[in-house]
Amino acid sequence: MWKWLHPYAKPERAYQLCSTLQPWFLWPALLCILVGSVWGLAFAPQDYQQGDSFRIIYIHVPSAILSMSTYVAMAVAALVGIVWQWRTAFMAMIAMAPVGAVITFVALFTGAAWGKPMWGTWWVWDARLTSELILLFLYLGVMALYGSFEDKQQAGKAAGVMAMVGVVNIPIIHYSVEWWNTLHQGATISKFDKPSIAPEMLWPLLVALLGFALFIAAVTVMRMKNEIIRREYHRPWVKEMVQQAQENNHAV
Amino acid sequence: MAGLAAHALTCVKRDRVLFSDLSFRLQAGSLTYLRGPNGAGKTSLLRLLTGLSLPDEGHITFNDVPIAECLPQFHSSLIYIGHKPGLNSALSAIENLQFWCAQHRVEFSLERAYDVLTTLGLVGLEDIPVRMLSAGQQRRAALARLWLKSASIWILDEPFTALDINGVALLESLMKSHVAEGGTVITTSHQPLSELAGHIALLDLEYQI
Amino acid sequence: MTTFSAALWTGIFKRDLALAFRQRSELAQPLMFLLMVVTLFPLGVGPGPATLQKIGPGVIWIAAILSSLLAMDRMFRDDFWDGSMEQYLLSGESVWAISAVKVLVHWLVSFVPLLILSPLLALFLNLTVQMYAALMLTLLLGTPLLSLMGAIAVGLTVGLQRGGVLLALLLIPVFIPLLIFATSAVDAAALQLPYRAHLAIIGAMLLAAMAAAPMAIAYALKVSQN
Repeated sequence: MWKWLHPYAKPERAYQLCSTLQPWFLWPALLCILVGSVWGLAFAPQDYQQGDSFRIIYIHVPSAILSMSTYVAMAVAALVGIVWQWRTAFMAMIAMAPVGAVITFVALFTGAAWGKPMWGTWWVWDARLTSELILLFLYLGVMALYGSFEDKQQAGKAAGVMAMVGVVNIPIIHYSVEWWNTLHQGATISKFDKPSIAPEMLWPLLVALLGFALFIAAVTVMRMKNEIIRREYHRPWVKEMVQQAQENNHAV
Repeated sequence: MAGLAAHALTCVKRDRVLFSDLSFRLQAGSLTYLRGPNGAGKTSLLRLLTGLSLPDEGHITFNDVPIAECLPQFHSSLIYIGHKPGLNSALSAIENLQFWCAQHRVEFSLERAYDVLTTLGLVGLEDIPVRMLSAGQQRRAALARLWLKSASIWILDEPFTALDINGVALLESLMKSHVAEGGTVITTSHQPLSELAGHIALLDLEYQI
Repeated sequence: MTTFSAALWTGIFKRDLALAFRQRSELAQPLMFLLMVVTLFPLGVGPGPATLQKIGPGVIWIAAILSSLLAMDRMFRDDFWDGSMEQYLLSGESVWAISAVKVLVHWLVSFVPLLILSPLLALFLNLTVQMYAALMLTLLLGTPLLSLMGAIAVGLTVGLQRGGVLLALLLIPVFIPLLIFATSAVDAAALQLPYRAHLAIIGAMLLAAMAAAPMAIAYALKVSQN
């Protein structure tokens, strides 16, 4: 069933796939982010309680959702790499790690910035913020582990194990922190107390979410191309590709 | 065909290809001397043969079965002595050997161990922690495994390092008698082996850029 | 099967215990660290009995985690660098079984002394008897979890020359749920509330780790050999 995937375990095929996918991710991503932001920031109606400051959700919510998804995607890549011993799966995993870490940081930063007008302080130990912070630690751990190895193949496997340990822990961390939060703070103002979100607010949010997702995919694909070239630059197929590119340049 | 065989092995270390498409067979009753310049991948090849690390391509068979499928049987007929002696520095030579024998399910008797250490010239040093021994003495203690475990395949990485002339001669003649009994030895060494080791098959690795 | 257990029993279990006995001063150091860290809190926060009782469970657990991180790499470090690990992997014994036995010995020699020391810590931080009972139970269930999860990270970092701080970076986020459940169990005990649910969750995490961690440790050790 998954046989068609196996050729992509080879770096040159993976590279070609990345090159093909890159424009399909990048341009729609930029378009969606542009449309979502302008729509959300300028045209969506004001919140009746929070006024204009709620508009940060058009950045905060997509990045918060995708920070978790990216980590899960990393763990899936790691699992594929460990089970089928694909070198490229580990490359994909490590290509995602810094992207996910940045997205997590964006979620944290926008969360804090939102907290200032809402709670009157930059940081509260809110359950969501706390688990985002721990998620950032998990990302940093995987990246630090990968960076410590000189043999990048070994590094990929080690970081992959850690990513999987992390992904098993994410739900446990998430629920433990949520439970801890209710235990210690009682009822705080939850940002998502509203029973439903108005459709005029929801649509730009969904567009922004799609834009963020595609953007993460685009950056991952670009980083993966870099990773493949960095690791394989002495292989014949890379040399051939460079030569071809040079010839094309001369022709132009 | 019995014995240990490599089929189209490729080894990549730090994204550099050490060797590719390497195939050979180690016959029973042969001593193979693995040669090659520094960095050619001798240690990597030996570690692949033991199953400690996995080749990037190709596979290794033991009695025509891939070693991944017969690891316990394969390891019970293998002795590997690497760069690192595998001796804990806080334990004495005798304790190290005793625990090693237990791990490898080899019958251990103190008399036998004392005999072997006597052969190796470690009389009176059996009970002091290994870190107090000299490099050559530690090497000798590590090599005692060759006497204690009866295994047909010996994979020895630089076994002569730090050994004195007597030690080298002792090990070479042991290799010869092992080969004469139908054993298989593959070894690396900086110095060429002398005629004490008997007939030698050569296996050369080139340094690849 | 008799040879199976003999290899693990004499070759790993008795060996590691013998080694731990030889290196007992090295094992005592994290405990002294734990004791000193706990001593710092009354000095830094103030010796008010109510304050100490409030922060006590958290302080003991955090100090236990930090002190265990200091000595965690003992589990595989020497074996890796002196080549004993290679010989384990070639012994024909399954690596996960070896790992499990080594983790067991690590728990016995690192955490059982901590459990014995814990009444003193409870005394220092003015914990009530009920709180101490809960603390003891959480330590009993939680510290094996520290050993198991720690062993995975140690297996991954053992080949690195400077793995010490990295090990802590990898493990601290993973230990957060344990810290939350353990300290809130003691808090519940302080309020005379039932805390069996907390213990059940820690127990569930321990069982899950016992099932999965040996495989992960074995894989990590093999990766380190590559």
